Amino acid sequence: MSRLRLGITLVSLLAIVAIIAPLIAPYDPTVQLDLATLRNAAPSFAHPLGTDLYSRDLLSRLLYGARISLLIGLLAVAISVSVGTSVGLVAGFSGGVIDIVLMRIVDAGLAIPKIFILLVVLALWEDVTVAVLIGILGFTGWFGVSRIARAEVLSAREREYVAAARALGAGPIRLIARHILPNIAAPIIVAATLGVGQVILVEAGLSYLGVGVPPPQPSWGNIIRDGQDLIRTAPWISTTAGLAIVLTVVAFSILGDGVRELLDPRER
Amino acid sequence: MVRYVMGRLAQGVVVVFVVVTLTFILIHAAPGDPLTSLANEPNVRPEVVEQMRRNLGLDRPLHVQYVRYLGRMLRGDLGVSLTQHRSVAAAIRDAIPNTILLALAALLIDFGIGVSAGAFQGAHPRSRRDRTLTAVTITLYSIPVFWLGMVLLFLFGEQLYWFPVAGVTDPVTYPFRSGLGKVADRLHHLVLPALTLGLAGAGYTARQQRAAMIEAIGQDFVRTARAKGLRERLVVGRHALRNALLPTIALAGLAFPALLSGTVLVETVFSWPGLGRLAADAIGRRDYPIVTGAALVAAVLVVLGNLAADVATRIADPRTKPAS
Repeated sequence: MSRLRLGITLVSLLAIVAIIAPLIAPYDPTVQLDLATLRNAAPSFAHPLGTDLYSRDLLSRLLYGARISLLIGLLAVAISVSVGTSVGLVAGFSGGVIDIVLMRIVDAGLAIPKIFILLVVLALWEDVTVAVLIGILGFTGWFGVSRIARAEVLSAREREYVAAARALGAGPIRLIARHILPNIAAPIIVAATLGVGQVILVEAGLSYLGVGVPPPQPSWGNIIRDGQDLIRTAPWISTTAGLAIVLTVVAFSILGDGVRELLDPRER
Repeated sequence: MVRYVMGRLAQGVVVVFVVVTLTFILIHAAPGDPLTSLANEPNVRPEVVEQMRRNLGLDRPLHVQYVRYLGRMLRGDLGVSLTQHRSVAAAIRDAIPNTILLALAALLIDFGIGVSAGAFQGAHPRSRRDRTLTAVTITLYSIPVFWLGMVLLFLFGEQLYWFPVAGVTDPVTYPFRSGLGKVADRLHHLVLPALTLGLAGAGYTARQQRAAMIEAIGQDFVRTARAKGLRERLVVGRHALRNALLPTIALAGLAFPALLSGTVLVETVFSWPGLGRLAADAIGRRDYPIVTGAALVAAVLVVLGNLAADVATRIADPRTKPAS
């Protein structure tokens, strides 16, 4: 099976699981079923992956966690790719002072390690909802994409088909939309696919630090955080969530590689 | 060379200046200010909060605050911690050697494993071992670093007792050890966190190294080396690998931000008293001057790391020397 097919298959399976989570999850992921007898219960028929410290069903939390992780990954990347591509287009197309200023901002954004940027923003945010988290991840994640987009614009700008379109009287908007954007899309699509996995990793890290998805909502990072101190007595809690993250990020990495092979003939 | 380094240093100063501006904007773009959580406490009088706001200059217009902020940063004044009763600079000074040690050890493991695996794969593309290693490197690239740390800590710290599970030194025996014993104790504590961070990075490095190796082997000088009858081992080891290492050295500079992001998580897992854990702890206590101070210092480290990688590339690659 080609990489692209494997990637598409894995990602589609994950997406289906995330979409139908409410139908297949045996319990409500936030309900504390029985604090007296069901805390940290080992896997059983009633609870295939066991329960956590608050007697919540882990399988249900894991399934709903897939929803939140994928939602955050996809939407945050949608934001960062739109912003990054626009900034890259503007910088590469206009050149001059605008280009210099924008690229210095990008340099600075890339110089601050991502988690530190996020901590700075989150330090002052009172109530972080999932929507706020998506916004923060999206609007701090576009620096790399804008560099890719700008580099592509710079090389596309010099091509004959752009000169031809310009000679035929195409304005800058038409030039960008009809001629440049379609020709620079390939590396951006690849970066976006790989980006989804990386955002999921970052979100898990933030949730692990206690500043990501607000509890009691299930997120894979939250589940690992909950299970951290129980790794001796109830190792299944953080193990299953960790494996879910690895599987998901691997799926997007394979898909990204597959898309790259498809779009860039040199990679074959 | 000196002129080149000075030029790159000047660029670095510009980047740091923009970073300072960016953090200022980020701080002020968030809803509420540093004292919002204090103001929401029921037993804090509003007058007290107002007074603190005035003392911190938060009542001034934004441009005045920005100029003051820049001035303080220029003097190396990162503010005062809201919870530690000392300056942010003092807290960071204590933490930074631990982070640099961890980051350098991790970088060594990262490139040691990543370059060997990637170079081997690139020399034997599409072989069975290449495919196996690809599966391994994709997995490493996709593992949450804090989870990898937890697993290693559980296996090698809590089950096998091979390595200590927390801190930089043994709190009981360290003061009584000899000089060499102290170094050994520190190294013993360093193994698991550095391995965690290094392994997580090695996946990406190997992928890059594999691509660079495949490209180098396709070059003319490799054909020449083969044509003159050199043994394959020499062709690959001496001619191809040397050239394939150049992009990897440049990559070391780019790996620095990810490495420092990783320290936040790994230091938290292993209770390693460095810059990342300082920031992670501070965010739980809403100690924002520590968080922004740590972010600024992390950015400065990245800029210096990039500079070092650029200089190393220039030394290693004669083609980048200016014609004279």
